Amino acid sequence: MSKSVSSTRVPLYVLVLGLIGAGLFLTFYRHYTFDVPWLPDAKRQIWSIEAKVEFEALGQPVKLSLAVPDNQPGFERVSEHTASPGYGLAFVDEGVKRRAEWSIREAKGRQTLYYQVDMLFDEDSFNVTEGVPPVIETVTYAGPEQTAVTQLLQRARARSADAFTMTRELIAEFNNETQLAQLLVQQKSRERRLVEMLNLAGIPARVVQTLFLEDGRRRQTLVSYLQVFSGDQYALFDPQTGQQGQMENQLLWEQNSSSLLDLVGGRDSAVTFSIISQEVPASRIYQEKVAHLKNAMDFSIHSLPLEEQAMFKGILLIPVGVLVVVIMRILVGIRTSGTFMPVLIALAFIQTSLITGLVGFFLIVGVGLMIRSYLSRHNLLLVARISAVIISVIVIIAAFSVLAYGLGLAEGLKVTFFPMIILSWTIERMSILWEEEGAKEVFIQGGGSLLVAVLAYLVMINPIVRHLMFNFIGLQFVFMALVLMCGNYTGYRLSELRRFKHLVQER
Amino acid sequence: MNLLQYWRERTVYGRLAGKGILGMNCRNIRYISRYNPRTLYPLVDDKLKTKTLALEHGVNVPDLIGVIDNQHDVRKIAKMTDGIPGFCIKPAKGSGGKGILVIDRVVDGVYYKTNGQPISLQDIQRHISNILAGLFSLGGKTDFALVESLIKVDDAFRQFTHEGVPDLRVIVFRGFPVMSMMRLSCASSKGKANLHQGAVGVGISMDTGGAVRAVQSGRPVTHHPDTKQPLSELVVPQWIGMLELACACYDMTGLGYLGVDLVLDKNRGPLLLELNARPGLSIQVANNAGLLPRLRRIESIKKPEKFPIVERVAYSRTHFAAQSDL
Ligand SMILES: Nc1ncnc2c1ncn2[C@@H]1O[C@H](COP(=O)(O)OP(=O)(O)O)[C@@H](O)[C@H]1O
Ligand SMILES: [Mg+2]
Repeated sequence: MSKSVSSTRVPLYVLVLGLIGAGLFLTFYRHYTFDVPWLPDAKRQIWSIEAKVEFEALGQPVKLSLAVPDNQPGFERVSEHTASPGYGLAFVDEGVKRRAEWSIREAKGRQTLYYQVDMLFDEDSFNVTEGVPPVIETVTYAGPEQTAVTQLLQRARARSADAFTMTRELIAEFNNETQLAQLLVQQKSRERRLVEMLNLAGIPARVVQTLFLEDGRRRQTLVSYLQVFSGDQYALFDPQTGQQGQMENQLLWEQNSSSLLDLVGGRDSAVTFSIISQEVPASRIYQEKVAHLKNAMDFSIHSLPLEEQAMFKGILLIPVGVLVVVIMRILVGIRTSGTFMPVLIALAFIQTSLITGLVGFFLIVGVGLMIRSYLSRHNLLLVARISAVIISVIVIIAAFSVLAYGLGLAEGLKVTFFPMIILSWTIERMSILWEEEGAKEVFIQGGGSLLVAVLAYLVMINPIVRHLMFNFIGLQFVFMALVLMCGNYTGYRLSELRRFKHLVQER
Repeated sequence: MNLLQYWRERTVYGRLAGKGILGMNCRNIRYISRYNPRTLYPLVDDKLKTKTLALEHGVNVPDLIGVIDNQHDVRKIAKMTDGIPGFCIKPAKGSGGKGILVIDRVVDGVYYKTNGQPISLQDIQRHISNILAGLFSLGGKTDFALVESLIKVDDAFRQFTHEGVPDLRVIVFRGFPVMSMMRLSCASSKGKANLHQGAVGVGISMDTGGAVRAVQSGRPVTHHPDTKQPLSELVVPQWIGMLELACACYDMTGLGYLGVDLVLDKNRGPLLLELNARPGLSIQVANNAGLLPRLRRIESIKKPEKFPIVERVAYSRTHFAAQSDL
């Protein structure tokens, strides 16, 4: 007669596909754009570096500018902060030069300013050595200096093939020809001389200030290196040994041939570095990074205050529990008492831990059933009886808590995490079931509920599941689609294969 | 032998599908949600509404002695049943035999249940209170109690039942009866004719009304466990009348996928006991046959509403006949 309920399922499939598509898109988007890893234990190394600037203020306006590191191959800046009470602060990007600038109207005496930066080590990009070469500056020499320079350059050129080998050979010459070298470094530093000579040979190069990152190091200082370019590829050279290449723990703190520190209105300045290394879950790095990506499309719970995040951690897991219940009921065919009671029990288990939870559940439901069977003798109306059971459950929980505390079992206090109203209904249902269908049905349904609850608990407690659900909101759409798909499953349940098996196995 | 063939012939899943056994998910999605509009559920979930509707449509039902719908009237039960030798109290919104109290006879103010156990008036009143409080209704909703006159078992079934009244379940799809079974109460089901409580389910051939196969708790049986009567001798009397009554229930409710429970009263003939908008699947076990081929056959009929009851019954009797296994 009425075929009103839509007989075509196409719109549903479209919806399911749409949800899965949207969910996966959001998930992959987050993975690629925000670098949120798939697995929770993907720990990454963060170097926290603190630059401590000390100087003597002269009682005048102070202006202080410190070179600070920027993103570079191998290192990504995840966060930076400063501690400088009373000082105005600005970060200036002059072209490629990044500097922190402090200023104050008046300061006197010993001043200490801190700049802290967290650099994320990124193995993948470490070997990328690309950069913008500096402009070649030609310096003219005279007298003995010119002779020395020409001699060194000639010999080095003769034994080299390209910019990098040329640099290596030049440093080698510098080390061999001690007398010539002596002459050249009288006026300028060895690094400066090397850069000048390379420039003279038409090779772009500059001096960079590098910091060797060692965990737990304090009072570390910068070390000058040569950055030599061939095209847009560069290589680092140790100006003393000619050793080519960058160490994995070598950070380019300043790479624009400018000074580390400019100070006006003070004297006796010094910069020292303290370094610690941390192995941080990648998700935390993301948290720190998000502050810098405010304008980007962000579907993350991480943009909420920490307190709300903690709350969502639980809520976002519920779909997982719900899916477990749906699968167990629709695909497996396990009977539970109350549709989603198992999820609530599972959530309680998360709070209490499994063993405590199970013991608590059996104690409460067991004692509750005893009280309920006593109440049933008194011929009460249903509402009154349920209310009485709720009150008993509360009393039982209170009693257990006090008892457990008295016995020094802090674990026992966790029984308060159980949803009391739900437990009361469970007790009432089970006792009716007991009266009507006998103990067997109580064990089937009670056991079924508990089994599903434990399964849901095990899935919800899984660190990978927790990580994925918390970090990829898109998965909620996928779960929605899965639930819809289950709701559309017209095949047999696992339990039905058993129930009807003998119909096809006779003869 | 390809994979599909292997699946169809060697796996339980495939063989059940091949036999056309209807599963719970399929029943819910393909048949109940498609053919049973939600708005019609109250007609069958409330036994009083069903009764009223049946009376309007001239469908015979057990006589209603009275209704108790509030706690105050619970005391009136004695007066209500005064002079009536036997009656049955049931929750209007109950299901699965829950909360049914059958009083067989009353001797000197003492009431006796079907199993001969005496029960006081006070016990009966408490039972009614429980019904009113919703102890037996779905979700614990408040309910009311129906008091019905006792159904007297037809002689044809005397030998096939222990204490309770046997009933006939007919699945009616779009007005066509498609499958049926008898449910015989026995000692292990405590006089109740509900299969999951241990009653015997007997598959009934649609053409003759004769037994095809019998199961108890999922296992095949050949004799009634208490009376030892061979079940092969079971034939439903007034078979055509029973089927016509079942078809009439579709016409009066409009529920496309309907379970009709009928009883045969010694004096009044076929009566409608109750209707079910979500009839169970065990009927397939009792018949050792799948519902799906029969449902599909009816689904292919273009305009089922054009067929009058007599033709529908005739159609089912020719197409859904079965050989006895007993
Ligand atoms: N009026 C009656 N007289 C005798 N027995 C009855 C009567 N009504 C019901 N019963 C018995 O109770 C059983 C269940 O009744 P039914 O109306 O089908 O309720 P339910 O919805 O709980 O199955 C029937 O199978 C029958 O054995
Ligand atoms: Mg019934």
